[in-house]
Amino acid sequence: MEPVVELQHITHVYVSRREASLALDGLDLRVYPGEFVSLVGPSGCGKTTLLSIIAGLIKPTKGGVFVFGRKVEGTSPEVGYMLQQDYLFPWRTIFENASIGLELTGHLDDKHLAKTSSLLEEMGLEGVRNQYPQQLSGGMRQRVALVRTLSTDPGLMLLDEPFSALDYQTKLQLEDLISETLRERNKTAILVTHDLSEAAAVSDRIILLESHPGKIRRTFEVPEHIRLARPMLAREQSGFNELFHEIWREMESAGGKE
Amino acid sequence: MSVLNSRMNTSTPALPDDGLQEFHRLHLKREKKQRLQVFSVQMALLLLFFAFWELAGRLKWIDVLLFSYPSKVFAQIGKDAISGELWQHLGITVGETVVGFVLGTLFGTLLAVLIWWSPFLSKVLDPYMVVFNSMPKVALGPIFIVMFGAGFLSITVTTLSITVIVTTLVVYNSFCEVDTNLIKVVRVFGGTRTQVFRKVILPASFPTIISTLKVNVGMAWVGVIVGEFLVAKSGLGYLIIYGFQVFNFTLVMSSLLIIAVVATGMYQLVVYAERKLLNHRR
Repeated sequence: MEPVVELQHITHVYVSRREASLALDGLDLRVYPGEFVSLVGPSGCGKTTLLSIIAGLIKPTKGGVFVFGRKVEGTSPEVGYMLQQDYLFPWRTIFENASIGLELTGHLDDKHLAKTSSLLEEMGLEGVRNQYPQQLSGGMRQRVALVRTLSTDPGLMLLDEPFSALDYQTKLQLEDLISETLRERNKTAILVTHDLSEAAAVSDRIILLESHPGKIRRTFEVPEHIRLARPMLAREQSGFNELFHEIWREMESAGGKE
Repeated sequence: MSVLNSRMNTSTPALPDDGLQEFHRLHLKREKKQRLQVFSVQMALLLLFFAFWELAGRLKWIDVLLFSYPSKVFAQIGKDAISGELWQHLGITVGETVVGFVLGTLFGTLLAVLIWWSPFLSKVLDPYMVVFNSMPKVALGPIFIVMFGAGFLSITVTTLSITVIVTTLVVYNSFCEVDTNLIKVVRVFGGTRTQVFRKVILPASFPTIISTLKVNVGMAWVGVIVGEFLVAKSGLGYLIIYGFQVFNFTLVMSSLLIIAVVATGMYQLVVYAERKLLNHRR
């Protein structure tokens, strides 16, 4: 099977006036269609850098990045990116926020707008489409951000800790919603998170990175019965705690303190 | 325990609904009363000031030739208003001010866009902007008169020299302070630099641009009045200088009074426009 994402020996160096530091050191990774992969690891392991490289936001110092078999040269609407917070534009209504991707990619036509409307409806946001972001709760706003990302129908979703700014209850609800939505649409997803339990609950595969320099330490396959359960219920499956502790121990021995 | 619970759930709230409304009504009433008090004291202060000025003039406590007094000032304004002379001078000054602050904000913003677009240009221009910003711009008045002639043009240029650079600095600063994550939202969709500017930078900085308009109203008045001091044959600044030269301080005072009223009115107009334009952002 053709991988959706293929990283070939990615090395990235950050340079500042004071020093040059190695953020990623010869990293190889393949993500296959429909897979949900989580990147976890101590801070400074370069997980967000890796995500930015796949998104085409930054160019790696060395190595090849391929998405859907094409070399990544810059950002593309085929790749959706969800940020840590919603970052909705306060001067735009919910609907205008949700359709900004269409506006930027030149697809502001009836067909696509209707699709965005139905996405909003699906997420329970129909009643607030003409309101402004500051009138909405944090969870609703992040749902709008999800619609915004899905509006251009990207095949690959990059999730950069999208649940980290939410309260616990909202976070669990949104995990369920996003994981269901992505599975239904058969999207491939890469999630960056510092929450091991979240990673274990939503993903098919968990990749633990180590820091200084960032490289893959170990990959965990999530057992099928946990993988198939909704994130909320996955936490109650047998073997979930064992998996969590295994990742935890590995991360501790890697010297991480997150 | 269960009896107590069910009683608590069905009991009427401590404050019934109409009680809440009554509370709200009282609050509004109290606020209104206070507003009225503030306004009365403000009016009283103003009246007191004019009354004292009038009295001091008439009883020769102050030199009437230098300080005039209110009834003379108002008579002067009335006379000029009827003869039409006042409107002509007022029109010219207001015209220059409006042109000054609108163009100043516009050019200042355009310059900010230019240096945002080219970080290289921004670095190159930086020391020049600092020097020009630190300079008292009205000192350049004579140069502008030589360059643009003694009239409307050099007054406008004097005004622009005061407003443009400050606007540029403030607006450019607000461009740079736009949250990089908002920019990222546009970039991840493959957005170009032009799109980043149009969809994020400009709308995010719009409140700042509007508020520089407010600052520029005040600055434009400085530029215009100084400009008129230097060159004009008409306008309120000219009336002040003329009144000073012929020792007609009633004319000077009446011009000052009109400037105070008109400048305040203009400022309030911009505040009103700001509120209308930025309404939904609150």
